[in-house]
Amino acid sequence: MLKNRIIPCLDVKNGRVVKGINFVDLKDAGDPVEQAKIYSDGGADEICFLDITASNENRDTIYDVVEKTSKKCFVPLTVGGGVRSVEDINKLLNCGADKVSINTAAVENSKVVIDSSKKFGSQCIVVAIDAKKNGDKWEVFTHGGRNNSGIDALEYAEQMEKNGAGELLVTSMDRDGTQVGYDIDLMSKISSKVNIPVIASGGVGNLDHLVDGIKLGKASAVLAASIFHYGKHSVKEAKDYLDSKGIPVRI
Amino acid sequence: MNVTIVDYKSGNISSVINSFKEVAKDKVTIEVTSDLNKIKSSDKVVLPGQGSFKSCVDALNKIKGLTDTLNEFAITNKKPLLGICVGLQMFADIGYEETETKGLGWISGKVSKIDNQNGKFKLPHIGWNQINIVKDSKIFKDIENNSHMYFVHSYEFVPNDKKVISATTDYSSNIVCSVEKENIFGTQFHPEKSDRIGLKIIDNFINL
Repeated sequence: MLKNRIIPCLDVKNGRVVKGINFVDLKDAGDPVEQAKIYSDGGADEICFLDITASNENRDTIYDVVEKTSKKCFVPLTVGGGVRSVEDINKLLNCGADKVSINTAAVENSKVVIDSSKKFGSQCIVVAIDAKKNGDKWEVFTHGGRNNSGIDALEYAEQMEKNGAGELLVTSMDRDGTQVGYDIDLMSKISSKVNIPVIASGGVGNLDHLVDGIKLGKASAVLAASIFHYGKHSVKEAKDYLDSKGIPVRI
Repeated sequence: MNVTIVDYKSGNISSVINSFKEVAKDKVTIEVTSDLNKIKSSDKVVLPGQGSFKSCVDALNKIKGLTDTLNEFAITNKKPLLGICVGLQMFADIGYEETETKGLGWISGKVSKIDNQNGKFKLPHIGWNQINIVKDSKIFKDIENNSHMYFVHSYEFVPNDKKVISATTDYSSNIVCSVEKENIFGTQFHPEKSDRIGLKIIDNFINL
């Protein structure tokens, strides 16, 4: 039986973890490689890096991080943030990323998803959708949530599947950072609309939220950042909890 | 000993390289090449594969003499070869992804799309699934039955002779996820992404 995945996400800026696990035994709390290794040793099903480096001159720092991580972690590694072109994707894959998530570029230029999924295979193309509720629908935002594209998130999800995305990483902007739980309505609507797996993101504050994301949101995988930070919960605790609620996980 | 990972520009093989180097340490030389002479002289060959069946077969055929060299290595000289994901699928006679495409024909059978039962099962089949070991395979030494492996694929290998199947996994039906025929080994899952247990399979292959 296929297991639901738990994916811890690390925000990386200029090659350093911005928010991370704050364990006492960590040699260097800002080292993304060391943090990723803790997660993979703890049973994370995948690792996700979100590069939030703002300036262009420091963009290359992520390649070094990915290269070092992929030599130490032998679970899938997804990298997103600032991915603009097929060439960017190529570079990340060559450094050892297994999947690349594309956000703004997928909205602005549909060819990026079409061409990259043809060239590298759908299995490594994740389209990240930042969605915000407006009335009874959700709209897709770009540029780290700053710009409203006005595009309907459900229609967009369907289009991205057609364009060749292998997975969708759906973040509710209304919930992101609030710790009140995923936008279940958004997750389940998108998941029902497409035939590719949906990764739920944005809003996790406790372990029950992970359960809801899978049971009610119909997500194949759940991504979370802050609940794993500062040792609030370990990945293992999360998995044991999901297991106790009857959700199939890899233990 | 040296193990060659065939680099035929079939997409992303850096994870395969990293995992083999991690397992090999200094004991075994890992070569990454499409050089025919190096492949011929190596002790073992790994055939990775990402993307579609057709794109992988096309990429193999683009390198002049590569298919013949692999045939000689695996079929004539019967040296150990491990196919991963589409690398395994290409053992088949024929694949139906994109368009009907001839495979290497090493293990008689076809590669067709997983039956998703009218959308009941999402495709690709992505994530960790358990393997059901149905026959002793040398690459499963010290691997427990029902171990989790990482999968990502939408097509499955359906061999004619079921005796080659060494493991299956349950996703809409029993999908063939590992084969062994004499010196030819293949996994549909990605041992290079399957954590410590996956590295053990790689170790088993290296130590054959």
